[in-house]
Amino acid sequence: MSNYVLTIGIFVAINGIVACGLNIIVGYAGQISLGHAAFFGIGAYTAALLATRAGFSFWLSLPLVIIITGAIGLLLGLPSLRVRADFLAITTIGINFIVESVFMYVPFFGGALGIGGISRILFFGIRLREAGFLALAGTLLVLSLGCTWWFARSWTGLACFALREDEISASSIGISPVLFKLLAFMTGTAMAGVGGSLYAHYMRFISATDFGFPVSVMMLSMVVVGGMGTLWGPVIGALLLTILPEVFRPLTDYRMLLYAVLLLLMIRFQPGGLLGERGVLKNLAGRIRGRLRS
Amino acid sequence: MLLEAENLRIAYRDIEAVHGASFHVEEGELVSIIGANGAGKTTILNALMGMTPVKEGAVRYRGLDITGLPSHKRAGMGIRIVPEGARVFPQLTVLENIMTGLYRLRKVTDVPSRLSWIYELFPVLDERSRQLAQTLSGGEQQQLAIARALVSKPRLLLVDEVSMGLMPILVEKVFEVLRYLNREEDLTILLVEQNALASLAISNRAYVLETGVITLEGEAQTLKSDPGVRKAYLGA
Repeated sequence: MSNYVLTIGIFVAINGIVACGLNIIVGYAGQISLGHAAFFGIGAYTAALLATRAGFSFWLSLPLVIIITGAIGLLLGLPSLRVRADFLAITTIGINFIVESVFMYVPFFGGALGIGGISRILFFGIRLREAGFLALAGTLLVLSLGCTWWFARSWTGLACFALREDEISASSIGISPVLFKLLAFMTGTAMAGVGGSLYAHYMRFISATDFGFPVSVMMLSMVVVGGMGTLWGPVIGALLLTILPEVFRPLTDYRMLLYAVLLLLMIRFQPGGLLGERGVLKNLAGRIRGRLRS
Repeated sequence: MLLEAENLRIAYRDIEAVHGASFHVEEGELVSIIGANGAGKTTILNALMGMTPVKEGAVRYRGLDITGLPSHKRAGMGIRIVPEGARVFPQLTVLENIMTGLYRLRKVTDVPSRLSWIYELFPVLDERSRQLAQTLSGGEQQQLAIARALVSKPRLLLVDEVSMGLMPILVEKVFEVLRYLNREEDLTILLVEQNALASLAISNRAYVLETGVITLEGEAQTLKSDPGVRKAYLGA
């Protein structure tokens, strides 16, 4: 396989991890977020700073990245306790712009020049290039899916679902909205941090614009297209929305327009996402399963 | 005294819906608050659960002042509500809906036996346990809401307008279940109802609420024969 294809594979995996995290916040806990790229960025900048300033390896910094991103996610999840729906969407957009500006204008974060010279990942002394990196990113994606699966099956997941469906009803049976919203924000943003760390070590140069609002829109599109609140939805979405821009490279000027059209078509014809209720892929999977059984 | 409300004033912004209501519920009682549409019944019940803030007055539960506690804390103390319009979780299955009621209680609960008790009370939920709650009829959703509240073995069950929109035969059945729970299972119930006849029939005591003020109170039997009540609520 050419390096080009492998690179696309790596981006599918990274976007998949970040989208899985967003799915926990949006799909499972029902808290809309249009600022997820901020946490992707916080993860990437944490990893980049630890690597360039402190000489930390990817492995050593990963737990720290998870903790720091999750902690900031917890903090920035606080607005979700006061505002909901459209207002939460606007607030999270604001968070995205603030975080991006901090990276852009505070010299500590490299300013407009970004951070370069981030080390490659070493795996038992071997430098991970395309194929090796894809294997690592793929493994972390599988772990993220495992995390999501566990989350959905646990009591925490059930409590989050209840909260998504009817907050007042949920709190009247003893489920604390505060606790579970923050838990979802923390888990979801920590996963974005993992994606960010991979991104920083793969690109080896990052700058603030990599984590702007359009990236948040793309992440949310992945979750919506694949199917909010489904296990595989974000991965399917990441696959489609990472590969399609490559296929349509000649139309690069119209990329945002295509996203808009795609989103509108999804909302009109597949409101639950490809894997959601009445989704095309869900029906297909059901049919194949039925055929295998008979 | 299990529950005591003292001089409750509840307002939605500037509009006061309840003007100083006082009432109480003893352990083991079935008490109803009856009144016409818009009298403030649901407002009172929501305030007891912590879903609507109280402007003035106090709510005491087992001697503790719970006026400022959030809903989930009250739920943790053994108060549960069957809310107006059931408010089940539409995208969760019937079984999942019931299980949410056991949140934080799973370890101290014998889940299979509790579930079979619930299914005995509401056999239709057993049949539909794997269906999404949104596919249930209105009456089935009401039963599910009761099941979700009951599965936790509450000390105090608040029931809001359970008869609304139900077929008469189902109303009878649901009230029969409430009566059974109160008499045989010693569950304390506070019922708010427009259907005065049905609720007085199963209650020990009752309060009559008119536009945010409690105008009458007493034994259910006495109220049933009260000429004013008969005229206003029983259609006689």
